[in-house]
Amino acid sequence: MFTQFKYWKPYISPFDPCEPIRIKSYSTPPQLYIQFQPPGLPQYPTAKQALHCGTLWPDLFSPYPNPEKKGN
Amino acid sequence: MWYYEKKLQYPVKVRECNPRLAKFLVEQYGGADGELAAALRYLNQRYTIPDKVIGLLNDIGTEEFAHLEMIATMIYKLTKDATPEQLKAAGLGDHYVAHDSALFYNNASGVPFTTAYIQAKGDPIADLYEDIAAEEKARATYQWIIDLSDDPDLNDGLKYLREREIVHSLRFREAVEILKEERDRKKFF
Repeated sequence: MFTQFKYWKPYISPFDPCEPIRIKSYSTPPQLYIQFQPPGLPQYPTAKQALHCGTLWPDLFSPYPNPEKKGN
Repeated sequence: MWYYEKKLQYPVKVRECNPRLAKFLVEQYGGADGELAAALRYLNQRYTIPDKVIGLLNDIGTEEFAHLEMIATMIYKLTKDATPEQLKAAGLGDHYVAHDSALFYNNASGVPFTTAYIQAKGDPIADLYEDIAAEEKARATYQWIIDLSDDPDLNDGLKYLREREIVHSLRFREAVEILKEERDRKKFF
Protein backbone atom coordinates (compact mmCIF):
# COMPACT_ATOMS: atom_id res chain seq x y z
CA MET A 1 0.00 0.00 0.00
CA PHE A 2 1.14 3.52 -0.74
CA THR A 3 -0.03 6.93 0.37
CA GLN A 4 -1.35 9.54 -2.06
CA PHE A 5 0.39 12.41 -0.27
CA LYS A 6 3.81 12.78 1.33
CA TYR A 7 4.83 15.29 3.98
CA TRP A 8 8.06 17.07 4.72
CA LYS A 9 9.28 19.70 7.12
CA PRO A 10 11.08 22.54 5.37
CA TYR A 11 13.89 24.43 7.03
CA ILE A 12 12.62 27.61 8.65
CA SER A 13 15.13 30.37 9.16
CA PRO A 14 14.73 32.80 12.06
CA PHE A 15 14.76 35.52 9.42
CA ASP A 16 11.78 34.30 7.34
CA PRO A 17 9.16 36.99 7.91
CA CYS A 18 6.15 35.18 6.42
CA GLU A 19 4.29 32.99 8.91
CA PRO A 20 6.03 29.65 8.31
CA ILE A 21 4.21 26.60 6.97
CA ARG A 22 5.91 23.95 9.10
CA ILE A 23 4.72 20.92 7.20
CA LYS A 24 4.39 20.83 3.44
CA SER A 25 2.87 18.12 1.32
CA TYR A 26 2.98 16.91 -2.25
CA SER A 27 0.90 14.51 -4.27
CA THR A 28 2.24 11.05 -5.14
CA PRO A 29 -0.50 9.63 -7.35
CA PRO A 30 -0.89 5.89 -8.11
CA GLN A 31 0.75 5.98 -11.56
CA LEU A 32 4.10 6.49 -9.82
CA TYR A 33 3.78 3.02 -8.32
CA ILE A 34 2.46 1.06 -11.31
CA GLN A 35 4.99 0.03 -13.95
CA PHE A 36 2.36 -1.44 -16.27
CA GLN A 37 -1.28 -1.91 -15.41
CA PRO A 38 -1.91 -5.58 -14.56
CA PRO A 39 -4.80 -7.34 -16.33
CA GLY A 40 -8.03 -7.93 -14.45
CA LEU A 41 -7.70 -4.97 -12.10
CA PRO A 42 -10.94 -4.53 -10.10
CA GLN A 43 -13.34 -1.92 -11.49
CA TYR A 44 -15.85 0.41 -9.84
CA PRO A 45 -19.20 -1.35 -9.28
CA THR A 46 -21.17 1.22 -11.28
CA ALA A 47 -20.47 3.11 -14.49
CA LYS A 48 -21.73 6.30 -12.82
CA GLN A 49 -19.12 6.00 -10.09
CA ALA A 50 -16.39 5.36 -12.66
CA LEU A 51 -17.47 8.43 -14.62
CA HIS A 52 -17.45 10.52 -11.47
CA CYS A 53 -13.91 9.37 -10.64
CA GLY A 54 -12.59 9.71 -14.18
CA THR A 55 -11.29 6.14 -14.23
CA LEU A 56 -12.69 2.63 -14.37
CA TRP A 57 -10.26 1.40 -11.72
CA PRO A 58 -10.26 2.49 -8.06
CA ASP A 59 -6.52 1.67 -7.89
CA LEU A 60 -5.83 4.49 -10.36
CA PHE A 61 -7.90 7.11 -8.58
CA SER A 62 -6.05 9.99 -6.98
CA PRO A 63 -7.97 12.37 -4.71
CA TYR A 64 -7.31 16.10 -4.82
CA PRO A 65 -7.23 18.20 -2.69
CA ASN A 66 -5.80 16.08 0.05
CA PRO A 67 -8.84 14.68 1.88
CA GLU A 68 -6.82 14.54 5.12
CA LYS A 69 -6.13 18.24 4.98
CA LYS A 70 -8.79 20.37 6.64
CA GLY A 71 -10.03 23.63 5.21
CA ASN A 72 -9.32 22.88 1.55
CA MET B 1 28.00 31.14 -3.79
CA TRP B 2 30.34 29.38 -6.13
CA TYR B 3 34.06 28.83 -6.30
CA TYR B 4 35.57 28.83 -9.76
CA GLU B 5 38.24 26.46 -11.00
CA LYS B 6 40.00 27.85 -14.01
CA LYS B 7 39.89 24.68 -16.06
CA LEU B 8 37.34 22.75 -18.07
CA GLN B 9 35.52 19.74 -16.61
CA TYR B 10 36.85 17.66 -19.53
CA PRO B 11 39.43 18.82 -22.07
CA VAL B 12 38.11 20.29 -25.30
CA LYS B 13 40.01 19.81 -28.53
CA VAL B 14 39.00 20.73 -32.05
CA ARG B 15 40.79 19.43 -35.16
CA GLU B 16 39.87 22.07 -37.74
CA CYS B 17 38.16 25.39 -38.33
CA ASN B 18 34.56 24.33 -38.93
CA PRO B 19 31.93 27.07 -38.49
CA ARG B 20 29.20 24.81 -39.88
CA LEU B 21 29.70 22.40 -36.98
CA ALA B 22 29.66 25.37 -34.59
CA LYS B 23 26.25 26.32 -35.98
CA PHE B 24 24.92 22.88 -35.07
CA LEU B 25 26.63 22.82 -31.67
CA VAL B 26 25.04 26.10 -30.60
CA GLU B 27 21.84 24.08 -30.12
CA GLN B 28 23.41 22.84 -26.86
CA TYR B 29 24.41 26.39 -25.93
CA GLY B 30 21.20 28.36 -26.27
CA GLY B 31 18.67 25.75 -27.44
CA ALA B 32 15.58 24.45 -25.66
CA ASP B 33 17.34 21.35 -24.34
CA GLY B 34 20.78 22.92 -24.06
CA GLU B 35 23.11 23.32 -21.12
CA LEU B 36 21.98 26.87 -20.29
CA ALA B 37 18.35 25.78 -20.07
CA ALA B 38 19.38 22.81 -17.90
CA ALA B 39 21.48 24.88 -15.48
CA LEU B 40 18.84 27.58 -15.05
CA ARG B 41 16.05 25.03 -14.70
CA TYR B 42 17.71 22.98 -11.96
CA LEU B 43 19.16 25.83 -9.94
CA ASN B 44 15.81 27.61 -9.94
CA GLN B 45 13.81 24.54 -8.93
CA ARG B 46 16.01 24.09 -5.83
CA TYR B 47 14.08 26.59 -3.75
CA THR B 48 10.73 24.85 -3.59
CA ILE B 49 11.66 21.17 -3.87
CA PRO B 50 11.67 18.94 -0.74
CA ASP B 51 14.98 19.32 1.11
CA LYS B 52 16.10 15.75 0.43
CA VAL B 53 16.74 16.54 -3.24
CA ILE B 54 17.88 20.18 -3.09
CA GLY B 55 21.52 19.11 -2.99
CA LEU B 56 21.12 17.01 -6.12
CA LEU B 57 19.64 19.91 -8.10
CA ASN B 58 22.42 22.15 -6.78
CA ASP B 59 25.19 19.78 -7.86
CA ILE B 60 23.75 18.91 -11.27
CA GLY B 61 22.81 22.54 -12.00
CA THR B 62 26.36 23.55 -11.21
CA GLU B 63 27.78 20.83 -13.45
CA GLU B 64 25.56 22.03 -16.30
CA PHE B 65 27.39 25.37 -16.18
CA ALA B 66 30.66 23.46 -16.51
CA HIS B 67 29.18 21.78 -19.59
CA LEU B 68 28.03 25.14 -20.93
CA GLU B 69 31.60 26.34 -20.65
CA MET B 70 32.84 23.29 -22.60
CA ILE B 71 30.29 23.92 -25.36
CA ALA B 72 31.30 27.60 -25.47
CA THR B 73 34.95 26.59 -25.82
CA MET B 74 34.08 24.19 -28.64
CA ILE B 75 32.07 26.83 -30.54
CA TYR B 76 34.78 29.41 -29.96
CA LYS B 77 37.53 27.12 -31.26
CA LEU B 78 35.49 26.00 -34.28
CA THR B 79 34.91 29.62 -35.37
CA LYS B 80 37.99 31.45 -34.08
CA ASP B 81 39.51 33.64 -36.82
CA ALA B 82 37.07 32.34 -39.43
CA THR B 83 36.59 34.99 -42.12
CA PRO B 84 33.20 36.59 -42.73
CA GLU B 85 33.12 34.67 -46.01
CA GLN B 86 33.69 31.37 -44.18
CA LEU B 87 30.96 32.21 -41.66
CA LYS B 88 28.59 33.16 -44.48
CA ALA B 89 29.32 29.92 -46.31
CA ALA B 90 28.54 28.00 -43.10
CA GLY B 91 25.13 29.65 -42.79
CA LEU B 92 26.34 32.04 -40.09
CA GLY B 93 26.07 35.23 -42.19
CA ASP B 94 23.10 36.48 -40.18
CA HIS B 95 24.92 35.62 -36.95
CA TYR B 96 27.93 37.64 -38.14
CA VAL B 97 25.73 40.65 -38.90
CA ALA B 98 24.34 40.69 -35.35
CA HIS B 99 27.26 39.38 -33.30
CA ASP B 100 30.53 39.40 -35.30
CA SER B 101 32.30 36.25 -34.03
CA ALA B 102 30.87 36.56 -30.52
CA LEU B 103 28.96 33.68 -29.02
CA PHE B 104 25.28 34.18 -28.35
CA TYR B 105 22.54 32.20 -26.64
CA ASN B 106 20.45 31.04 -29.56
CA ASN B 107 19.62 27.67 -31.03
CA ALA B 108 20.99 26.14 -34.23
CA SER B 109 18.35 28.02 -36.23
CA GLY B 110 19.30 31.36 -34.64
CA VAL B 111 16.23 31.63 -32.39
CA PRO B 112 17.26 33.50 -29.22
CA PHE B 113 17.11 31.71 -25.88
CA THR B 114 13.93 32.14 -23.88
CA THR B 115 12.97 31.05 -20.36
CA ALA B 116 9.78 29.69 -21.96
CA TYR B 117 12.02 26.64 -22.59
CA ILE B 118 12.08 25.84 -18.87
CA GLN B 119 9.53 25.35 -16.16
CA ALA B 120 9.26 25.33 -12.38
CA LYS B 121 5.89 23.86 -11.61
CA GLY B 122 6.30 23.69 -7.85
CA ASP B 123 5.06 20.08 -7.82
CA PRO B 124 8.20 18.06 -7.05
CA ILE B 125 7.17 15.07 -9.18
CA ALA B 126 6.30 17.26 -12.17
CA ASP B 127 9.58 19.17 -11.84
CA LEU B 128 11.73 16.05 -11.60
CA TYR B 129 9.96 14.40 -14.54
CA GLU B 130 10.69 17.52 -16.59
CA ASP B 131 14.33 17.23 -15.54
CA ILE B 132 14.49 13.58 -16.61
CA ALA B 133 12.89 14.46 -19.96
CA ALA B 134 15.37 17.33 -20.42
CA GLU B 135 18.34 15.00 -19.84
CA GLU B 136 17.01 12.48 -22.38
CA LYS B 137 16.40 15.23 -24.96
CA ALA B 138 19.90 16.60 -24.40
CA ARG B 139 21.33 13.07 -24.80
CA ALA B 140 19.49 12.71 -28.12
CA THR B 141 20.73 16.13 -29.28
CA TYR B 142 24.32 15.08 -28.53
CA GLN B 143 23.77 11.89 -30.53
CA TRP B 144 22.53 13.80 -33.58
CA ILE B 145 25.40 16.31 -33.35
CA ILE B 146 27.91 13.43 -33.14
CA ASP B 147 26.22 11.92 -36.23
CA LEU B 148 26.73 15.19 -38.13
CA SER B 149 30.30 15.76 -36.91
CA ASP B 150 33.41 14.46 -38.66
CA ASP B 151 35.79 15.86 -36.06
CA PRO B 152 37.04 12.97 -33.87
CA ASP B 153 38.61 15.29 -31.29
CA LEU B 154 35.39 17.22 -30.86
CA ASN B 155 33.38 14.00 -30.73
CA ASP B 156 35.50 12.81 -27.79
CA GLY B 157 34.22 15.75 -25.74
CA LEU B 158 30.67 15.31 -27.04
CA LYS B 159 30.65 11.63 -26.04
CA TYR B 160 31.72 12.62 -22.55
CA LEU B 161 28.89 15.17 -22.34
CA ARG B 162 26.38 12.62 -23.67
CA GLU B 163 27.38 10.18 -20.93
CA ARG B 164 26.84 12.85 -18.27
CA GLU B 165 23.25 13.27 -19.49
CA ILE B 166 22.72 9.56 -18.84
CA VAL B 167 24.14 9.77 -15.32
CA HIS B 168 22.06 12.87 -14.51
CA SER B 169 18.91 11.18 -15.79
CA LEU B 170 19.49 8.27 -13.43
CA ARG B 171 20.12 10.63 -10.50
CA PHE B 172 16.83 12.43 -11.16
CA ARG B 173 15.04 9.07 -11.36
CA GLU B 174 16.57 8.19 -7.99
CA ALA B 175 15.29 11.51 -6.62
CA VAL B 176 11.77 10.55 -7.71
CA GLU B 177 12.18 7.22 -5.89
CA ILE B 178 13.25 9.08 -2.74
CA LEU B 179 10.19 11.34 -2.93
CA LYS B 180 7.92 8.32 -3.53
CA GLU B 181 9.15 6.49 -0.45
CA GLU B 182 6.92 6.16 2.53
CA ARG B 183 8.54 8.13 5.27
CA ASP B 184 6.85 9.41 8.38
CA ARG B 185 3.41 7.83 8.13
CA LYS B 186 2.23 9.97 11.04
CA LYS B 187 -0.75 12.15 10.18
CA PHE B 188 -0.06 15.82 10.62
CA PHE B 189 -3.58 17.16 10.52
